[in-house]
Amino acid sequence: MIALVDCNNFYVSCERVFDPRLEGRPVGVLSNNDGCVVARSNELKALGVAMGAPMHLLPPAIRRQAVLLSSNYALYGDMSRRVNLILEAFSPDVEVYSIDESFVGFSGFAVDGREAHAQRLRETVRRDTGIPVCVGLAPTRVLAKVANHLAKKQAAYQGVCLLEADAPATRARLERLPVSELWGVARRSAERLALMEIHTAWQLRQADPKQVRRHFSVVLERIVWELRGRPAIRLDDLHEPRQRIMVSRSFGRLTGAFPDLQEAVRQHAARAAEKLRDQGSQARALMVFVRSNPHLAGERQYRNSVVVPLPAPSDDSRELLAAAARGLAAIFLAGVRYQKCGVMLLDLVEADRRQLSLLAPCSEAARGRSQRLMATVDRLNREMGRDTVRFGLPRQGSAWALRCERRTSRYTTRWDELMRVKIR
Amino acid sequence: MLSPLSTTARVIGRAVPFPGEMTQPLMGCRVRAGFPSPADDHLDVEIDLHAHVVRRPAATYFVRAEGDSMLGDGIHDGDLLVVDRSLEPLPGRVVVIAVDGEPTVKRLARRGGQTFLMASNPRFAPIPLAGRECEVWGVVTHVLHALPGGEP
Repeated sequence: MIALVDCNNFYVSCERVFDPRLEGRPVGVLSNNDGCVVARSNELKALGVAMGAPMHLLPPAIRRQAVLLSSNYALYGDMSRRVNLILEAFSPDVEVYSIDESFVGFSGFAVDGREAHAQRLRETVRRDTGIPVCVGLAPTRVLAKVANHLAKKQAAYQGVCLLEADAPATRARLERLPVSELWGVARRSAERLALMEIHTAWQLRQADPKQVRRHFSVVLERIVWELRGRPAIRLDDLHEPRQRIMVSRSFGRLTGAFPDLQEAVRQHAARAAEKLRDQGSQARALMVFVRSNPHLAGERQYRNSVVVPLPAPSDDSRELLAAAARGLAAIFLAGVRYQKCGVMLLDLVEADRRQLSLLAPCSEAARGRSQRLMATVDRLNREMGRDTVRFGLPRQGSAWALRCERRTSRYTTRWDELMRVKIR
Repeated sequence: MLSPLSTTARVIGRAVPFPGEMTQPLMGCRVRAGFPSPADDHLDVEIDLHAHVVRRPAATYFVRAEGDSMLGDGIHDGDLLVVDRSLEPLPGRVVVIAVDGEPTVKRLARRGGQTFLMASNPRFAPIPLAGRECEVWGVVTHVLHALPGGEP
């Protein structure tokens, strides 16, 4: 059994924890510099504000009514870290999937206690962090994602939904779920599946796995197995190109050496940047995470992560590597033997839809140069083998200032920005 | 003369059947487990005030007090409060509580079946909770008050 724990409207929920007056009001979080909506409260969604909408195009009536905040990545990163710390108390198997989603392994728990366990987990996260979460429980990741969606949309589940592979409720749900809404199914694949009369998740589940592999891909075949309740997918297989890109790997052996981590993070960031350009996106922030091996008894346990905002949406390896190196330096703890590290690119925007910023730290000419350079690097690496051209350690502390006049305080990471409580 | 049988055994610790289960992951702090060696008395490391005050790292937050209605509980204007969200808001505890959306610090009290928010300054009257939009944010566990010379 695996649980997908997903924080509801995560950025907005973080803001509400430290400013309870935002409860019940339409709240949006904007990306820095380009001013697009990257997170919405339910109230803002109800006003018809779309994800990614540029702030300056919102109707004046909505702008007056809504609270629009700059993104506070220091806060979101720290709250995400806290949520994962709590999840680790419930199971040693916690895999971070994005800043607001984690998989939690529930194998070995008594069958009838799983929902109660998940409910306790949900209540503990809510109590200790103030963040509301939903839990989807299922034998596989793909089904857990479906279950999580149900838990979020239907209040009757009270935030926890369990889908057994062969239960009638699961079938009923999959029969109503368009295959295009299934996790990991690209739009193009969905269109081709429709030509084969496969429209729903249930029809895909009934398809012949071998044929699916022949006509589509190994990943889609694995999705068929997962829909049938057989775990087949690794975390990195599940691509959500519109949202985030993650590259992480376990070390062959545990290592406590900072240069080893620097090298690994550099490679992961470079690979993530390639994937980013490959799909024509740019990232607005980057998360670096490290952890020890939670299954090793007697080992010093450590897990940490940090989110580094980028000055403007970027797909430039040099900027991404610089941000990743700064993030690693901030969370590296000597004396820990690390098992795994990774880099995640967050809040992606399609490169051609990027808003030009008045305060962008580099000119359009420089951006054009950067794009040509990156395209050349990617081509060389493609044609002459990976790592033909590599980036050295990036320049330190490139000076730039984020445009974030609407940002709330960094309540949990700065002494001079703590939450202030009036005691009158 | 002592025979070997008369040697007295001194209990210096309990054997731990599964040493691995005693090691709790905790924000990079290691809980040592196992059979303590007599030499441990000489292995003192730095006293860690953070670990002493912050018992549950994921649930603990620092907030800044502004105002003087809790002087009687030792909370001065500008003090640093350690707030644990995982603790139950029992009567007698000092809590951060959002009243009509505005966070404040008060002591919880039960009187005649009703819950009140009590200031510790006699100039402030108890506030009955009934009929108000209230949500406990966390329980204040410690106050850090800087004396002259101790300010940052």
